[in-house]
Amino acid sequence: MSRLIVMIAQRLALGVFTMFIVSIVIFAAIEALPGDFAQAILGQGATPEAVAAIRDSLGMDRTAVERYFAWLGGAVTGDFGVSFSQLSFQSQYGQTGERDVVTVADQLRPRFANTIFLAATAAVVAVPLSLGLGILAALYRGSVLDRIANIGSLTSISSPEFFVAYLLILFLSAANPIFPSISKIHADLDFWQQVYRTVLPALTLTLVVTAHMMRMTRVAIINLLSSQYIEMARLKGVPRWRIIVHHALPNALAPIINVVALNLAYLVTGVVVVEVVFVYPGVGQLFVDAVKLRDMPTVQACCLIFAAAYILLNLTADVVSVLTNPRLRHPR
Amino acid sequence: MGFLLYVALPLAVLTGLAWTVRRIVARTSQGRFGAAFRAMPMTAAFGLTVVSIYVIGALCAPVLAPYGESQVFDEFNLFPGENPAFVLGTDQLGRDQLTRLLYGGRNTIGIAFITTMLAFLLGATLGFLAATLGGWLDQALSRAIDVLMAIPQLIFALLLITILGQSTLNMILVIAVLDSTRVFRLARAVGGTIIVMDYIEAARLRGEGLGYLIFREILPNAAAPLLAEFGLRFCFVFLLIAALSFLGIGIQPPLADWGTMVRELSIYIAYAEYGDWQAASLPLLPASAIALLTVAVNFVVDWMLDRHSGLKS
Repeated sequence: MSRLIVMIAQRLALGVFTMFIVSIVIFAAIEALPGDFAQAILGQGATPEAVAAIRDSLGMDRTAVERYFAWLGGAVTGDFGVSFSQLSFQSQYGQTGERDVVTVADQLRPRFANTIFLAATAAVVAVPLSLGLGILAALYRGSVLDRIANIGSLTSISSPEFFVAYLLILFLSAANPIFPSISKIHADLDFWQQVYRTVLPALTLTLVVTAHMMRMTRVAIINLLSSQYIEMARLKGVPRWRIIVHHALPNALAPIINVVALNLAYLVTGVVVVEVVFVYPGVGQLFVDAVKLRDMPTVQACCLIFAAAYILLNLTADVVSVLTNPRLRHPR
Repeated sequence: MGFLLYVALPLAVLTGLAWTVRRIVARTSQGRFGAAFRAMPMTAAFGLTVVSIYVIGALCAPVLAPYGESQVFDEFNLFPGENPAFVLGTDQLGRDQLTRLLYGGRNTIGIAFITTMLAFLLGATLGFLAATLGGWLDQALSRAIDVLMAIPQLIFALLLITILGQSTLNMILVIAVLDSTRVFRLARAVGGTIIVMDYIEAARLRGEGLGYLIFREILPNAAAPLLAEFGLRFCFVFLLIAALSFLGIGIQPPLADWGTMVRELSIYIAYAEYGDWQAASLPLLPASAIALLTVAVNFVVDWMLDRHSGLKS
């Protein structure tokens, strides 16, 4: 048992370490951005003094290592700094006007909640649906049901998110105005109004993710059913349901959990394109906008959030599969 | 219901064509090749036919297209069917949509193919090396790949492209490196299961070198999953490129490409409200062209996996 705890602790430590490395990668990547923000914001009339002053107020005069730890310390406590596009630099122009500074965290908070809401809505529908379909398709392998599910999921996987999205918009919004094609979500809306406006983006994500998840579940179960102990049980004359419940299911848990975690991680990325199509106010949209504006603190924060969600989900899959599969506890 | 006609008719024609092609090839070719075609399911025949049409279309785009890729005409923003000279209308700069569509396919498919090839060259080489040598090299490579894979691909691609600058070449390199991580994982995993086989042990005891082990023992045994993976990776790369272009950060103008076309044409979708389905389905043309190719490749890959895996009962 203690060995198990050590093993899980190892994985957790590895996860934290990965996060640390990823933060370095993200920071270093932004460091490598060509050009100077201070120069860019002041344009052609920049005097060396003004450039120096702005660089100073952004902390750009410090070494990269110093800035990295300052940034990391802030990020851990939820302070991602001030968005560059929101800085006014009024003090540089001799003005002292009071202006509310919008920090990256302020921008992120409502959007983060929105993105989680969108992903959660999609996941709540997609996970049970795809697991059920995947297991059925595996059990009745080669049947008409399997073929239809196979072709359907292949089509859905192969379609880019924006294809599914525009198809839905065309039929459910433009031709028959049932759902809004632009998902304006804000805090004033009550829960069901939010759900109503989230239907189309969530449906898009569900369709794409369900296909992925279903196929992976199917493959996992088929792999399992073709293993020797299942064949042995079958040859012994064990009833079909007993094979599934007693022999297959305990071993299927790990791959299925893996599949779910992987696809939830996939949702993290899928969200970006879908949010852009539906103008959904989430982190993905903010990210794409920030990339275009070269708003470094925001880009860093968004990258970190997406990476953290991704690592967390993969870590969960890892730990749970160790817990459910005793063989993994003894590394060769 | 005009829309259903647009969807059902091409699909029916393609299916019929696939059926004919399968019959003809099965009749005319002998031996293993012919046998494989005779046993081919309809989905695979459909996939092969569609892929061939795309390849021909991509190669012959300059011949097939009525005008030049960035040829500009006086009549801009023409609707489909408004002028018989421009079947699908013209865009906001006065470029023929049909021409853009054909060249878009050529560019998108070609760039995706080159990117996938690069990713495989890099990923498979490193993966087999890691599986064969093990030890610190395996650890170092695997951990480095872990870090690269810890950031979702699209996110990382967005980040890197912003840094390197938006150009088509940069996008190819970035995606190739990011995608090689998946190839590495597969090559290493497949290599790992092969390396513990008795015949590898025998080859090692015979004193065979690293190159022999990788190219004569591992590669032939890993060829089937790798080939299937190539199809799948191509689809992912193709979709990723389309997504990036859709977001405006992928293939850069004046090159035509399907992702950008979807974004630019998406405004036409509102015309469905007024019953103008021809205009409304314009953005769906490049989008469905992307989808159809990925479906076709997936069908072929599925068939190949089925043929080579021992799962066939």
